[in-house]
Amino acid sequence: MAPVNRIIRFSSVDGPGNRTVVFLQGCNMNCRYCHNPETRALCVHCGDCVDVCPTGALSFSEGFVSYDHTKCIFCDACIKTCRHDASPRIRNLTAEETFPEIEKQLPYIRGVTVSGGECTLYPDYLTALFSLCKEAGLTTLIDTNGTLDFAAYPALLSVTDGVMLDVKSWDSSVHRSVTDTDNADVLRSLSFLAEHGKLEEVRTVVVPGLVDAKYTVRETARVIAPHLSKRPVRYKIIAFRPMGVREAFRSYETPDTALLSSLADIARAEGLSDVIIV
Amino acid sequence: MRTITMDRVNTTREKMLDVVKSNTLTHEQKVANMAILADSLLEVLELPEGLSDLLERDITDGQCICDLNEGHAPLRPRYIVPDYAKFMKEGSAFLELPPPSDLYEALNSLLIFYKHVPSVTNFPVYVGQLDVLLDPFVKDVDEATAHKLIRLFFTHMDRTILDSFSHANIGPVPTKAGEIILDVVGELEDAVPNLTMKTDPALTTDDFILRGVKAALHTAKPSFANHPMFTAEFPSGISAGKDAGNYVIASCYNGLPYGGGSYTLSRLILGNIAKRASGIEDFCTKVLPQVCDIMARYMDERIRFIVEDSGFFENNFLAKEGFIRRDRFSAMFGLVGLAEAVNCLLEKEGKKGQRFGHDKEANELGVRIMNIINDFNAAHENKYCEISGGHFLLHAQVGIASDIDVSPGTRIPIGEEPAELRDHLEVLSHFHKYFVSGTGDIFPIDLTVHRNPDYVLDIIRGAFKENLRYLSFYSADSDVIRITGYLVKRSEIDKLEAEQNVKHDTTALGMGAKHNGKILERKVR
Ligand code: SF4
Ligand code: SF4
Repeated sequence: MAPVNRIIRFSSVDGPGNRTVVFLQGCNMNCRYCHNPETRALCVHCGDCVDVCPTGALSFSEGFVSYDHTKCIFCDACIKTCRHDASPRIRNLTAEETFPEIEKQLPYIRGVTVSGGECTLYPDYLTALFSLCKEAGLTTLIDTNGTLDFAAYPALLSVTDGVMLDVKSWDSSVHRSVTDTDNADVLRSLSFLAEHGKLEEVRTVVVPGLVDAKYTVRETARVIAPHLSKRPVRYKIIAFRPMGVREAFRSYETPDTALLSSLADIARAEGLSDVIIV
Repeated sequence: MRTITMDRVNTTREKMLDVVKSNTLTHEQKVANMAILADSLLEVLELPEGLSDLLERDITDGQCICDLNEGHAPLRPRYIVPDYAKFMKEGSAFLELPPPSDLYEALNSLLIFYKHVPSVTNFPVYVGQLDVLLDPFVKDVDEATAHKLIRLFFTHMDRTILDSFSHANIGPVPTKAGEIILDVVGELEDAVPNLTMKTDPALTTDDFILRGVKAALHTAKPSFANHPMFTAEFPSGISAGKDAGNYVIASCYNGLPYGGGSYTLSRLILGNIAKRASGIEDFCTKVLPQVCDIMARYMDERIRFIVEDSGFFENNFLAKEGFIRRDRFSAMFGLVGLAEAVNCLLEKEGKKGQRFGHDKEANELGVRIMNIINDFNAAHENKYCEISGGHFLLHAQVGIASDIDVSPGTRIPIGEEPAELRDHLEVLSHFHKYFVSGTGDIFPIDLTVHRNPDYVLDIIRGAFKENLRYLSFYSADSDVIRITGYLVKRSEIDKLEAEQNVKHDTTALGMGAKHNGKILERKVR
């Protein structure tokens, strides 16, 4: 079982080709520039959001908020009200309950991406869901912050085609100041996944004044480069944009194109050929 | 020939003078319009009773049948699809051209030939299976030369075929020539000619489709045709080339027999027909079958005139030299406004909230209406349509610029598209199968897809598994855009709106469709 925040049926931006994306709720990092802060925490059932819902999709009884997705018009009034970085629009689904919503997109999709929040908080759910996807001939990708110790989950890895990993900062103290967590687990995942041919894509968000992007991109590319013969890896350099970010952190600037292309050049100089800027 | 009133003569003369004096029409457009007006004075067809009440009205005043200005005395079939492969092999006695021996001669010969292919627009609606025609010659020159020559050839077509109802085909088998053509159209960003890639899961590689998708995101072409579906529907006979099938895609997206074409195309305006009915049963059992019958008999008469009286097939060199064969012509039984008909009928039944494209009952009514039309056509016989079993071919017509509140064919109205592309595609999968002589849907694609053309590839591959027939994509920001089936440059519409001359007559149609058909407001995917 996992808390499903949202399912995007056709996506062109979450891995190769057309994919269905499942977003799970809850995250174990606290990134300053998180673009969907409402996916970070689980609902504490305070009830604040129930009254702002214009359609009666939310109700409160016996200390719990419940959500009727058939009534929801996705106006986002609830998540704007929530003070806990949570969302009431969560459905707790098993893999078996989730899969039919993916299957509807056949034969138009080539695969599934599970994202978050942090989807690897639910490794058993992922393993079960991906097993069902594999039976249907779909490819499977995980979009993660890299905190899971993948080596401890061989069953999950065996049904996972690739991992899209965020490397937020190479320097651990910077990483802590950006995310409130250390980056040792992330770097371990980077090496492990690259070595085992499971790395699909690495991303670094460029926030001038917050992140040491040049250092991060160079060191990350160096880890990946020796393993490129196992599979090609895309490096996605993402410009910070204030849209959707929590108010306290919106003042960071968007990097200019010169900086972004110099970062792409650094990755290319280390031997990566598939480098894109978004 | 029947006499007509002097009043009608004088009204027509006024219109002719307006054409002569027009500020915006080019010389060629004036000549074409003068011919249409002259033709409108002829009265030689035996018209079925009840036709004029259905035909001679404005679209906003209940017009139910539209003959798309084909004229009163058709002097040639509407759409002509010459066997260019035969021309490449044998040359032409009439044109005094021997078979070409290299790429220079092949391109030159084709450009000459195009000037001798009549059609309703006076321009060739089909310019050939160009990859198959050119590939043998491309191999003899270096790639840069081939690229340059083909680029000049395409520029020549755009500047001299002054109408974008003109269509080239490539695929399903990838070739060097096909690749060069895709690269060239991607670079040129011209409206003419339209381009279709015949696509077969067994024959067309991902790489070739992706090359097509990348070109389409620049310049709104090629479109993608479901090759196995068309191949199964058109009986074998003369083929457009190895694996290219016995059909072509011509004009907007019209599936037609190779080495033949279509005598005529009329269309049912279903929304207006529905307005005449008291409810669903009255429409399905009485009103619609009656209008179908009148339109079919009108088409029969037009065909009779072209075949028996016009002398076209006896005298034109295309027929005399075997580039077309009379027995490879059929006719297109067209329709528009299924969505409006369904919505109107449900409203009459007190179910106003139900909309075509969204509600099960509405979509099922759409299918029921299509089955009625399909069954009607299967029962109606025309002896000159041997190639299609003695019946017409159904056609989801794309609309004309003056259409108001009329959605093309079976399309979901712009502005009412389902929020999810998956749901949109599901609706289409119920309707594409009927239209052997063409239907298609158009999707403007978000810019982010430039980085992931595989997204479009997956949709194309999926759609053809679901028996969709024909799909077009363009990037939401490109200059060349697909209006309803044909292509127009936004920059040219801007010129025309500023009352400057433009070379392609379809630009005016695009301008009309922009205002009446809201084509710039399609849902971006
Ligand atoms: S997004 Fe849905 S649940 Fe939230 S307030 Fe709006 S309608 Fe209610
Ligand atoms: S979603 Fe937020 S506001 Fe709503 S009940 Fe849960 S914690 Fe409270």
